[in-house]
Formats: sequence, structure tokens, C-alpha cells
Amino acid sequence: MKIVVGVKRVIDYNVKVRVKADQSNVDLTNVKMAMNPFCEIAVEEAVRLKEASVASEVIVVSVGTAQSQEQLRNAMALGADRGILVEADGEIEPLNVAKAFAAVIEKEQPGLVILGKQSIDSDNNQMGQMLAALIKRPQGTFASKLVIDGDQALVTREIDGGLRTIALTLPAIVTTDLRLNEPRYAKLPDIMKAKRKPLETLSLADLGVTAKAHCRLDKVEAPAMRSAGVKVASVDELIRKLKDEAKVIS
Amino acid sequence: MMTLLVAEHTSTALASSTLSALTAAHQIGHDVHVLVAGNNIAAVADAAARLSGVSKVICADAGCYEHALAESMGDLIVHLSEHYSHIIAPSNSESKDFMPRVAALLDVGQVSDICAVLSAEQFKRPIYAGNAIATVTVLDDKKVITVRASAFDRTTQQSAQACEIESVDFSVENRLSCWQSDDITASTRPDLASASRIVSGGRGVGSGANFALVEALADKLGAAVGASRAAVDAGFVSNDLQVGQTGKIVAPDLYMAFGISGAIQHLAGMKDSKVIVAVNKDEDAPIFQVADYGLVGDLFVVLPEMTSKL
Ligand SMILES: Cc1cc2nc3c(=O)[nH]c(=O)nc-3n(C[C@H](O)[C@H](O)[C@H](O)COP(=O)(O)OP(=O)(O)OC[C@H]3O[C@@H](n4cnc5c(N)ncnc54)[C@H](O)[C@@H]3O)c2cc1C
Ligand SMILES: Nc1ncnc2c1ncn2[C@@H]1O[C@H](COP(=O)(O)O)[C@@H](O)[C@H]1O
Repeated sequence: MKIVVGVKRVIDYNVKVRVKADQSNVDLTNVKMAMNPFCEIAVEEAVRLKEASVASEVIVVSVGTAQSQEQLRNAMALGADRGILVEADGEIEPLNVAKAFAAVIEKEQPGLVILGKQSIDSDNNQMGQMLAALIKRPQGTFASKLVIDGDQALVTREIDGGLRTIALTLPAIVTTDLRLNEPRYAKLPDIMKAKRKPLETLSLADLGVTAKAHCRLDKVEAPAMRSAGVKVASVDELIRKLKDEAKVIS
Repeated sequence: MMTLLVAEHTSTALASSTLSALTAAHQIGHDVHVLVAGNNIAAVADAAARLSGVSKVICADAGCYEHALAESMGDLIVHLSEHYSHIIAPSNSESKDFMPRVAALLDVGQVSDICAVLSAEQFKRPIYAGNAIATVTVLDDKKVITVRASAFDRTTQQSAQACEIESVDFSVENRLSCWQSDDITASTRPDLASASRIVSGGRGVGSGANFALVEALADKLGAAVGASRAAVDAGFVSNDLQVGQTGKIVAPDLYMAFGISGAIQHLAGMKDSKVIVAVNKDEDAPIFQVADYGLVGDLFVVLPEMTSKL
């Protein structure tokens, strides 16, 4: 079984973004970029399935600029076998990304697709669900456990009240939550080896996809700032302030 | 132009997030129909029909909607979508699962987690873990939207007369996915998403057993219990208590953080709370930058003292 994994290049999760002075967007000049953390978890899960001989090949796919090759190489250093870069400029909307993935899946015929649950830049949480709808396959979102059992995937999902387990008929789309696994670090020899793994570059046109605009970004502002409050010296003072000043307890 | 609001409910009652999404729906400005889907949900449909500013309730009461599986919910909503310009739902683990599916089936985009309605086409939403707020205009004719409940007041007004409840006779034969089991944490405390007070613990709490200290204060205050990702990952508490970018987004009147450092991903979930209290033994912990009241101290001393003095 082949596994296709989505890898998105995003701002490093440790960086605090700033909004540009003209409010056109956030400022990403000279900002450290990295693989979306949820995609790292997706790569790790796929590689583990390959190590367990459940999967035969792990293909990582990114839709983005040429710089996304860096994250694809990184994923190959972590154990993915080959990469596909679908070149596209700027922030590309989830439905368009999903259409590109649908076309790749049509070609590759994977038994499983693993994606992150959410991009930490756009915070959309959409792509996997959209892809599942486009290719008419079942979805297991926000997975904290994944077991492949014959032609089924048993997915334990993190839901509002706790956990839910569902059974999906393969091929299926799974999106990762934080507790699915703990991704490994790439070792130097693997980083070297990854440079020789195949990386194919395609355009949206090669895949027969026309990107459509569904949403226009008008403005990006900094959120309302909270002013740091006061330090209190004791529990008694804290209780007094909460009662008399903030009036949130009585 | 009409709006279809997909209700969140517990099978017996409407969730308060539905009331917040209703406020957003009213701001969009069209007639609002509420879809209540599930199994044996007549009571929920009745409650929805009494809400002010709802002109019709559509009730899809069938076994196939019991666990709100995305494959079934997606087909149902698409089946009903024809007459609506807006399809909206409060953002929760179910709607996040089925709404993008609806959007893709309709070949339109989705706007996730709006926090303000500027017009029927223009909305604000947080991006980058809430470190930036985007204003976006939806270009599609049909607009699929999820609503950040904590950003909208709840419509609690009732109308004098209940509106019409229409049953839909549409069932989905879903052979692709199948519910197996739920492991739901039973709690007698208020629900985290709608509580007016929350007491949260982080890695500093040290263990699941120590969380009893957090719970004791929460019970004294009639508060819900929350946690950081580190506390959940370490197994101190269950996943549904995680507050943050990828957990629950909350905005209670009082949020108290014990042994939480204040990573941006955690702040993303709670920085809109009215009053924030932080207790941390590290005086430089970033959580103090957003706290109205900060106490530098050992939580193992502060928590019991506070619980006993309240
Ligand atoms: C993609 C992604 C998504 C994430 N999503 C979330 C999310 O939704 N929610 C979330 O919370 N995190 C999230 N995180 C994790 C986040 O980055 C932090 O790692 C996490 O919030 C840290 O939790 P913490 O503050 O409990 O632990 P730590 O950062 O380890 O802080 C523990 C604090 O406890 C204090 N302490 C220790 N002992 C005591 C004591 N006896 N008395 C008083 N204080 C004490 C310490 O001084 C320290 O400040 C996410 C991370 C990533 C990469
Ligand atoms: N441009 C992209 N390239 C590759 N994968 C993507 C891209 N956009 C989204 N994804 C995948 O879809 C997941 C969810 O993204 P989103 O819907 O944007 O929050 C991500 O974690 C990725 O796995």
C-alpha cells in the first residue's frame, strides 16, 4: 500500500508573527520557516507504517513555491521515499490544494492519505475533509491513534467530549492530532541520503487543476493587545482584588 | 437570501455555542433556519423553534445522523443547501469535520472560525494562532462558515410563539465510515466551552493525582477545569480539557492558570478571557504578560490556601 502525505511549509511554530505596517498581510521576510507541526506527525505515522511493513512506499506532496522543496527533503530525511512538489505561488486556498491532491491521488492510487489537521499559519482545518469529499472517500480527522486492519483503518479521534473510534474503508483520508505520535529527528546520514531521493516538480496545469479564488484577503491587523496587569504579593491580596476590583468572585 | 444554521446539541439540549452562532447569523441579516440533525432529537428541535429570530427549524431525526459522521452530515446539508446563501455552524469537533466536506461538495471555499461579521460577505477571523486578525471577503455565492462561539454573545431571547418544525425525510446510506465506540469523559463540572470561570493547570502541576488541587479550587468556584497541552500530553487529564490553538477556545469571565508558562499556542485559546490570573513560580513566565493579576509562587502552596480561604 502506498501512502500519500501532505507537507506544508509554514512559519516555524516558535516565531511570533508581526503584521506589516500597511496591514496587507503578516511579515514573513527573514522569518524562520519549517514543516507544519501536524505534517511532521503525518510523516512520522506514515514512516512507522512503512517500518511495520503495512505500507510499501511513502510519497510526500507539497503545494507551494520552489522553497517547499526544503520541507519535502526534510520529510525524505525522516523516511519518506519520494516527493512531489506542485508549484503554486502565494497562499493557496484549501479547496485548490485539495484539487491538486485529488489529481495526484488519481495518478498514484494510494491506500491511505495522511495530512495534518490544521495549518498553523492559516488555521484553516479544511484540506483533508475537502479532499475526502472530492475523491468520495471516508475521513478520520484529528486522529490520536491509527490502526490498519485489512481493508479498514480504525481511527481514534479527539472530539470535544473525549475520544471516538471510527472504522473507515480504505482508501481513506486521516488527519493528525498532536498526540498521534512524537516525530523523530532527522539524522545527518539520512539528510544526505534524502538529497538523492526523487523529487518531481509539477504545475497545477500539469494536473489539470485551475485554481479558483473563493476568498479575498482584505486586511490583516494585529489583535487587540492585553495590557499586562499587576503582580500581587499574596493569596489574600489576590482574593481581595478578585472580589473588590475585578468583581469576578463574591 | 436565507441562512441555514447547523445546531450543535447533546441530543437532549441545544449547546450554548448554537446560541452564539445564532447571534452571528442575525448579524449576517437574513432569515435563519436551524437544522437539528441527530437521532431522537425532538426535544432539541422544540427548543430551537422557540428561539428568537428563527423562522423555521428543520429536523433530521434518523439513526444515520446519530454520531454526526461527516459523510452523512455532509450529504444531508448539501441536500438541503439549495435555498440558502449562508450555511453556518458553531466551530466544534463535529462541524470542523463535516463543514469543509460540505464546502467541497458545493465547490466553494470555507471561512473557518469567524470572530466578527462585517457584512453578509465580509468577516474577521484569527490566523497565526490569533496573533493576527484577517478581514476576508467571500467571493462564492454560497458561503460556508464556522463561528468562534466565544466571540459572540448568546441569543437567549425566546419568541412568543414557536416557529414551524419541518421534518426532512432524507437518509444517507454511508458505507464508507462506521462508528465504533466513544470514550467520553463524564464530568459534573461546567462545560469548558461555555463556563464563566475556568481553573487550568499545566505541566507545573506535575501529575494526574496533583490535579485534584486544581479541581478542588474549580469546585469551590463552580468553575470548569482546563489544561495546557503539556498537561494533556503527560496524561494528567483527558484531551478534551486542552485549551489553545488546537484545543478549545474559551473566553470566560475568569481564567486562572496554574503552572502554565504561556506559550503562544496556549494564549491563543484563552487571551480573550475577561480577567486572567496567573500563578507561576517563574517570575519571567510569559503568561504574566497577559495576566491581569499575577502571583509569583508555588502552586502547591497557593492552590490549597486559596481553596480554603474562599
Ligand atoms: C502545533 C502546536 C500546537 C499546540 N497547541 C497547543 C494548545 O492548543 N494548547 C496548549 O496549551 N499548548 C499547545 N501547544 C504546546 C505549547 O507550545 C506549549 O508547549 C505548552 O502550552 C506548554 O504547556 P505548559 O505551559 O503547561 O508547560 P511548560 O511550558 O513546561 O510550563 C510549565 C510552567 O509551570 C511552572 N511551574 C512548574 N512548577 C511550578 C510550581 N510548583 N508552582 C508554580 N509554577 C510552576 C514553570 O515555571 C513553567 O512556567 C502546541 C504546540 C504546537 C507545536
Ligand atoms: N499547500 C499545501 N501543501 C501540502 N499540504 C497541505 C497544503 N495545505 C494544506 N496541506 C495539508 O492539509 C493539512 C490541513 O491544512 P489546512 O486545511 O490548511 O489547515 C496540512 O496540515 C497539510 O497536511
